[in-house]
Amino acid sequence: MSVQSEAAPAHRPTIAALSPRDRLARAAPFLLVPVLVLLGFALIGSVPTWLTLTVSGLAMGMMIFIMASGLTLVFGLMDVINFGHGAFISVGAFVGISVLAALGDWTGAASLGLNMAAVLAAVMAAMAATGALGWGFERVLVRPVYGAHLRQILVTVGGLIVIEQMIHVVWGPDEIFLTRPEMLKGATLFLGAAIETYRLLAVAVGLVLFVAMRLVLRRTRIGLIVRAGVQNGEMVEALGYRLRLVFIGTFVAGSALAGLGGVMWGLYQEVITAGMGEQMMILVFIVVIIGGLGSVEGAFIGALMVGLLQNYVAFLAPKLALVSNIGLMTVILMWRPEGMLPVVRAK
Amino acid sequence: MIQLFSGDGPRSRILALILIAIGLGLAFAPFLFPGVRALETAARICVFIVLAASYDLLLGYTGIVSFAHTMFFGLGAYGVALASTHIGRGFPALGAGTLAGLAAAVALALVIGLFSLRVRAIFFAMITLAVASAVTVLVSQLSALTGGEDGLVYQIPRALGPAMRLDLEIAGVTVTGKILNYYLVFCVALVLFLVMLRIVNSPFGRVLQAIRENDFRAEAIGYRVVRYRVTATCLSAGFAALAGSLWAIWLRYVGPGTTLSFEIMLDILLMVVIGGMGTIWGAAIGAVLMVLAQSYLQGLMGYAAGASEAMPILSRLLDPDRWLLWLGVLFILSVYFFPTGIVGRLRARAAR
Repeated sequence: MSVQSEAAPAHRPTIAALSPRDRLARAAPFLLVPVLVLLGFALIGSVPTWLTLTVSGLAMGMMIFIMASGLTLVFGLMDVINFGHGAFISVGAFVGISVLAALGDWTGAASLGLNMAAVLAAVMAAMAATGALGWGFERVLVRPVYGAHLRQILVTVGGLIVIEQMIHVVWGPDEIFLTRPEMLKGATLFLGAAIETYRLLAVAVGLVLFVAMRLVLRRTRIGLIVRAGVQNGEMVEALGYRLRLVFIGTFVAGSALAGLGGVMWGLYQEVITAGMGEQMMILVFIVVIIGGLGSVEGAFIGALMVGLLQNYVAFLAPKLALVSNIGLMTVILMWRPEGMLPVVRAK
Repeated sequence: MIQLFSGDGPRSRILALILIAIGLGLAFAPFLFPGVRALETAARICVFIVLAASYDLLLGYTGIVSFAHTMFFGLGAYGVALASTHIGRGFPALGAGTLAGLAAAVALALVIGLFSLRVRAIFFAMITLAVASAVTVLVSQLSALTGGEDGLVYQIPRALGPAMRLDLEIAGVTVTGKILNYYLVFCVALVLFLVMLRIVNSPFGRVLQAIRENDFRAEAIGYRVVRYRVTATCLSAGFAALAGSLWAIWLRYVGPGTTLSFEIMLDILLMVVIGGMGTIWGAAIGAVLMVLAQSYLQGLMGYAAGASEAMPILSRLLDPDRWLLWLGVLFILSVYFFPTGIVGRLRARAAR
């Protein structure tokens, strides 16, 4: 073997400062959302219109992020791609809306406290239901096909169909229309723009959730294990942590978040269908891909971009709105084939 | 005979018997099973054998999951429909439409493949899902061009229509243009099937299987994995588009429901999985089983739902609209317990 030299190496290592170009490349993903917002302002020109569109874009983005965050973490941790994630969105919406309908007295009252209590109860019920469903889904369907992507995709697609059809069996084949609770109905006037109260609530919930998730992932021990597991699972297991448990926890939490997203999306659209999860899945996949599989921050940026772009394009060129997301995905993948913030994996 | 099958015979006596029965049944379908409905079913089987086999090229042989196969199928079908609408009734329109659909499908597959397969094969499943759904929405929105949800009805050459009667009677059945049309579908499907059998048993097909088993190793041996995967994607898209053109010529109608819907995508997946992934023969058996089940079992479900009306939950579960529920269950079970499908099982039995 090589002879180890006693002395320190003769050269002096220096830490070179990053060139401005490299710094820009590193910060670029984080600048995309502000740039998009400014670009939207430049093209739209009118402050009230722009403000309305921006808030609704942000609200939509936040909801997509809530649905996407679990999926991207699950992939990062265990290399599991769950096509059945959309089913949790639908189930969450149906359970939540059923609870809201049962609490008609609370939602009909013109009291913010009672309204919020009803929404909270609905959200709790939905999250509990989808969390439990996620646990069963992982145990029955996903566990036997670890490490086999092809079968994973096939089995989870099968799960998606079965759950979607069971919604038809339980809640009937028709879509369900609903009205939001009294106090969440109207709009607030701000700088001449009418902004729906519910959208503001959605933005707030999304932001709180993102900050909370970041804190958990960055500041707590369990977050540390999750992040380490995404980067190098074997090493984490070698250190004695039961990554499987962490993974199941993440899967359940991600499913519960999908349920939350489902309730919020149902209240946003004021109509729910069994196929809504499947439709949202397409946006969720786009977000996860352009964000970089496994990256929560990437999913956040991606979700906001998808939401904003969809709203801006729908106003500026309605015909293009259908393909705007595919266009965005194409551009991002040409720029960074692995997504905006790919997770660095130890090999 | 073995040469015709590219050296990939059934390799199991039971399988051979089943395949001979299918082949003879389809070849003489108009005379063996007279009646409009039986002929429709036979034509549907021919088209779906090609479609399922072309999907198997991708799923079974290359190990890539695509959700855009109906999109390519639809491109071929809409190619014929649009050409027949704008060029006018006639064989040139059919030819031009088929070629245009084929070219569009291959080009789109190339772009999608280059984009997603370059980085990670798993992107492919997600990106095809997104693109296919965008195309479906686009087709139903651009109603000026595609007829939207209603689809397009057009005329095909008179020689292929039911109104044309030949002065010829075989086994008590008068030969009409409809029967000629069936034989057009049958012969083209047969040729396409044999070509696909040839492709998967060529050295190129071997490389695809090597990539499916271990892509890293295939790359290390010196095969350009991305190039092979993209080529397989384009080939599979091309065959799907041709199947779509055949379907359009037979039906004289295209619409999102008959060509692009997610349900058809599921049917194809199930055909390939039940028949046996990684064997072109399996696609044929899967297609026959699925189409027959769809044509005749769904009615049975309606009957069962009516009979079990006393038990509300059971009756809802058996409703013919819940057909997909049982397909989903069957799909999951076959992926778990039956991964090699019917053909794989039969061959394993014969090899013992």
